[in-house]
Amino acid sequence: MRDVAIVSFANHITSHAEGDDVEMLVPVITEALRAANLKKKEIGFTVSGSCDYLGGRPFSFVMALDAVGAWPPIEESHVEMDGAFALYEAWVRLQHGDIDTALIYAFGRSTTGSTRDVLATQLDPYVMAPLWPDSVGLAALQARAMLDAGTCTEREMAQVAARSRRSKKPGPGAHTFAEMQAGDLLGLPYTTAPLRAHDCAPDSDGVAAMVLVAGDRAKKLTSRPAWIRGIDHRIEAHQLGVRDLTKSVSTALAAEKAGALGKSFDVAEIHAPFSHQEILVRKALGLAGDVEINPSGGALVGNPYIVAGLDRIGEAARRIHDGSAKSAVAHATSGPCLQQNLVCVLSEG
Amino acid sequence: MAIATDPAKAPETAASPRRLAASYVLEYTYRRSVGPVIGRFLGALRDGRIEGVRTASGKVMVPPSEYDPETSEALSEFVAVGDAGVVTTWAWVSEPRPRQPLAKPFAWALIKLDGADTPLLHAVDAGTIDAMSTGMRVKVRWRAERKGGIGDIECFVPEGGAR
Repeated sequence: MRDVAIVSFANHITSHAEGDDVEMLVPVITEALRAANLKKKEIGFTVSGSCDYLGGRPFSFVMALDAVGAWPPIEESHVEMDGAFALYEAWVRLQHGDIDTALIYAFGRSTTGSTRDVLATQLDPYVMAPLWPDSVGLAALQARAMLDAGTCTEREMAQVAARSRRSKKPGPGAHTFAEMQAGDLLGLPYTTAPLRAHDCAPDSDGVAAMVLVAGDRAKKLTSRPAWIRGIDHRIEAHQLGVRDLTKSVSTALAAEKAGALGKSFDVAEIHAPFSHQEILVRKALGLAGDVEINPSGGALVGNPYIVAGLDRIGEAARRIHDGSAKSAVAHATSGPCLQQNLVCVLSEG
Repeated sequence: MAIATDPAKAPETAASPRRLAASYVLEYTYRRSVGPVIGRFLGALRDGRIEGVRTASGKVMVPPSEYDPETSEALSEFVAVGDAGVVTTWAWVSEPRPRQPLAKPFAWALIKLDGADTPLLHAVDAGTIDAMSTGMRVKVRWRAERKGGIGDIECFVPEGGAR
């Protein structure tokens, strides 16, 4: 395998976007390229993640290409998935060996529609989607199954939410939350029982961009590249009823294939749009007690659909770039109740 | 989808200048077959029956799928199951979303029907959250006019009526 590193990352996560996709992307892509000490024309491969269902039109990613400039022609690809899966494609592309650099970006504006309802359209089209089960309702089924099985408690869920809010760094236009202790959060009413408002990620708008560089060139461009030491993604069955919702077998398998199991990490960035899912993923990754979880605040304090998974990997890389961590594991998810999961292991060396 | 007010025809004011607007319908102008397994399941629903399919390991899957989720083998042995069963997990929807099965508060539930090994997703009309519990028994409330879709099951109700 060819060594590949994340050399730069930039993002903008907000409660409500001012401007369109391109206007949001330009400054973030510019910042990612600047931090990588690369010019646009030096990028060998460009890949993006976006969702036509948010744009409300087919091939909406084509319009966003204005943000990178596709003339003279560039080698470009797209996934209708979280940007984390675009990162996977870029990592595979760099394994070919003929190019050394890749730009990944993702954009998603969850506030343009009712994303929790729109997500019903990704379900089985015959026996699930016609009932319009929203993403919160399905996650609540999973939370109840975990509570019944004793794999989490409502207090542990509230603790996840309280810690996420404490960790969150204030940024321009970011969501604001009242800082509350877990005990106080538990006094609030259920929204979709057994979930309360704090258990569910907000609808956010956002963009993220990342530059990958292979081999020695990564060391020449930046002082502390975050090396990808393992990356893998796995998926579970479409029907909720055939899955054990109290486990994340696809996370565990991806973690095994990525070489994450049995290792200790300084930082873990987990993409959990619901509090109980962080607890579930933590167990599937087999994390030790001393790892710092979601120092960025995680998806519970900012969850732009399509962006939040790539954002977890970028935030983990950031901790290696700034020297505050030597090793990190990052996770991204897609689909109802953690159907598909990606695990990425990062290291300073 | 009908557009209630056409912005192009709205009176122009200083605060809201007239904008060019056109209606746009996003649609797929083709039909698709539901296939031999889902098709038979939906056809049985129209007739007021529920059928699952037996997997390679001998489990009865409801709703059925064409391929075994564990081995990917093609599946074709249909098994009739009951129209009542047990709630394996549930969530209480105090404010139903548009297009969901019931317009009043209800529960989403995974329901393992009698004779089935995997649960089915549907709505339970229990009246109040206090009437819901994991392990409770529920039965189908069939829609009077059935069309061969999952909506032929209007919802489930607590067996023996609401408590």
